Amino acid sequence: MATVEIPADMELVYKYPESLTEAHTHYCPGCTHGVIHRLIAEVLDELGVRERTIGIAPVGCSVLAYYYFNMDFAEAAHGRAPAMATGLKRVSPDKVVFTYQGDGDLAAIGTAEIIHAVNRGELFTTIFVNNAIYGMTGGQMAPTTLPGQVTTSSPYGRDVETAGFPIHMAELVGQLPGAAYVTRQAVLDVPGIRRTKKAIKLAFQTQLAGLGFSMVEVLSTCGTNWHMGPLEALEWAKEHMVEYFPLGDTKMTDRVRALKEGK
Amino acid sequence: MAKELWEGNAAIAEAAIRAGVEAFFGYPITPQTEVLEHFSKRLPELGRVFLQAESEVASINMVYGAACAGARVMTSSSSPGVSLMQEGFSYIACSEVPAVVTNIMRGGPGLGNVQPAQGDYFQAVKSAGHGDFHMIVLAPANVQEAIDLMVLAFDLAEKYRTIVMFVADGSIGQMMEPAEMPPMRPVRPPEERPDWALTGAQGRKPNIITSLYLGAENMERVNLRLQAKLKEIAANEVRWKEYSTEDADLLLVAFGTVGRVCQTVVREAREKGLKVGLLRPITLWPFPSGRIAELAEQVRGVLVVEMNAGQMVEDVRLAVEGRRPVRFYGRMGGPIPLPDEILPEMEKLDAECR
Amino acid sequence: MQEEIIISGFGGQGALFAGQLLAYAAMEQGFHVTWIPSYGPEMRGGKARCTVVVSDEEIGSPLVRRPSAAIVLNIPSMEAFEPAVKPGGMLVVNSSLVPQQSERDDIRVVYVPASDLATELGNVRLANVICLGALVKATGVVPLAAVEQALDNHLPERHRKLLGLNKEALQKGAELAGDG
Repeated sequence: MATVEIPADMELVYKYPESLTEAHTHYCPGCTHGVIHRLIAEVLDELGVRERTIGIAPVGCSVLAYYYFNMDFAEAAHGRAPAMATGLKRVSPDKVVFTYQGDGDLAAIGTAEIIHAVNRGELFTTIFVNNAIYGMTGGQMAPTTLPGQVTTSSPYGRDVETAGFPIHMAELVGQLPGAAYVTRQAVLDVPGIRRTKKAIKLAFQTQLAGLGFSMVEVLSTCGTNWHMGPLEALEWAKEHMVEYFPLGDTKMTDRVRALKEGK
Repeated sequence: MAKELWEGNAAIAEAAIRAGVEAFFGYPITPQTEVLEHFSKRLPELGRVFLQAESEVASINMVYGAACAGARVMTSSSSPGVSLMQEGFSYIACSEVPAVVTNIMRGGPGLGNVQPAQGDYFQAVKSAGHGDFHMIVLAPANVQEAIDLMVLAFDLAEKYRTIVMFVADGSIGQMMEPAEMPPMRPVRPPEERPDWALTGAQGRKPNIITSLYLGAENMERVNLRLQAKLKEIAANEVRWKEYSTEDADLLLVAFGTVGRVCQTVVREAREKGLKVGLLRPITLWPFPSGRIAELAEQVRGVLVVEMNAGQMVEDVRLAVEGRRPVRFYGRMGGPIPLPDEILPEMEKLDAECR
Repeated sequence: MQEEIIISGFGGQGALFAGQLLAYAAMEQGFHVTWIPSYGPEMRGGKARCTVVVSDEEIGSPLVRRPSAAIVLNIPSMEAFEPAVKPGGMLVVNSSLVPQQSERDDIRVVYVPASDLATELGNVRLANVICLGALVKATGVVPLAAVEQALDNHLPERHRKLLGLNKEALQKGAELAGDG
């Protein structure tokens, strides 16, 4: 990266986060993983914890996340990131630990692991990216695929009679006593991106304060497998996903609220 | 330290504690629940980590996570639970982090029962999970050996950054014998964790622990490295015990509980004038093939006795390479073969190989 | 010297504990010893049985089909192990619960009304220790004092107040074996 001297009369308003590497991501054009990666990186920079943060990557499109984050990282088996994070954090309580998981990883194959990690109040943070589809394997039905949504494994549209309804993870996880802060946000427009960053920051602050488990579910897009352009995908998500997966906090303990309000 | 009467399962857990285990993650299953219970009592009072996981799948992945942090860590289970852990074994082997797993084997297949068995030999030795790898497999035959091998398990796991499986059948877990515990080793402080571990990228490049290698050449390179390591282990870590083999012209091969039962068979056979010796493998992988091949030159025939349908016997046959007859006697699903069943088999072999 | 002893009864009759006492006593006498229970999934009731092998050399098989001695605390145990004792071996029968007599003339049999005597002593659960006293006296596998010492050292904390009674029970059994 080129280094440029900042003139005295100018202010630095944008820089590449130290918590990201300079690698080019493999994500499709218009994919929101890049935005979410960046938000996490900015937050870790702002909190000054990059050098003691350990991330756990999932199986799914973000399987290579460890190439893009500039910090120690492990790659989990499909769905097992919360168990790995539990083991890691229990023997390294002074580290900041987070899992980065997609909807298949967290809401299908890894349901037991996330539920029990939350219920134990494990002190790590989960970033749960929900784009209503399996991306890496080429667009199959996810546990969060909307009713009627066509995928390569629900070619007639998701039939809730046979495939069940989309699962609301933020609501499910938020009910558990071990959860301190659980919220659902969306990176579908600029205000949403800003709110998501605030939520991610509060989630990590919750961990740093030892208040309990924290999770940010992020509604995201998959233009490629939805067979839409990037803008069209954002519009589709706003129109359909937000309706089914309402935004907002599903859990905020009093102590987290006090933290948020700077008390 | 003086000898005390130890129950096998408790002894296994206490030996791991003496060896400096920092964390245990596990799920109850008979006949090894006493391992978990011993840890649940002792680890918190020592300020170490005990966690009862929601499943064996979670247990092994917690072990994986803690191992990535460079902590000395283990889990324990019995046959059906071990099957659930196989995904994790494969990831741990490829990621090259040290971990110790015990399998107090019970009768199978399926839910089987809780009686002692050795039906998981193939699983431990040949098919621990998907892909090309082996675990180091240690098989004690008595409580003292269980203690000693538990300590060794951690040393080997860390020396080779590999997964070590400790297999015993349920009867070793449940039995009591006088045994001596090693002194308590100090727990390694977090700042002394190995340089490959995930400890936070402070003043260094990030460490990445993964088992994902896209691209054929990349994955082959990793496999070649793993195979080279396994070769080194096979060259250096084969362990076994021999009884009365010096002048033997008939050889027994057996491991674990039935291995010690065969010590009695040797004694009784010799009283009857049969020159029987016993080789008891302690490492099931790497297998003492070289020594068995040597003994095959010396003896007239070989009898393998197991608590399964005949699993290790295949490795004995591979080692003997057709030089001598190799016969098999086994019981499945719980019965432990006793000397009065094995001796007639020995006599048959003697008659056959005259 | 090698003795293989099976102690068998219902769950709750203390067969396993009697075996452990013997194992402790043997260990403290410097013998090799193994104690192995038969175990099942049930937590209570059912059969409870253990095999104790005491030897002056390294023990191979911790299990035997034909023990050199046995204590049978109930009828099913009598039926299972009376025929199994090796010729020249020793059988201790809890005659309070086992009405039948042994038909064997190639073993020594001691009948001890252990449950009744234990009730007289104040606790029916001492029957196991009474039978152990008889077996130890009759076989001489370890000195009786070694079992007393094992009681001193290994009677669980929650039964500590019964230590004196346990010792009495042990003596009682030994006396009866002496008479037999």
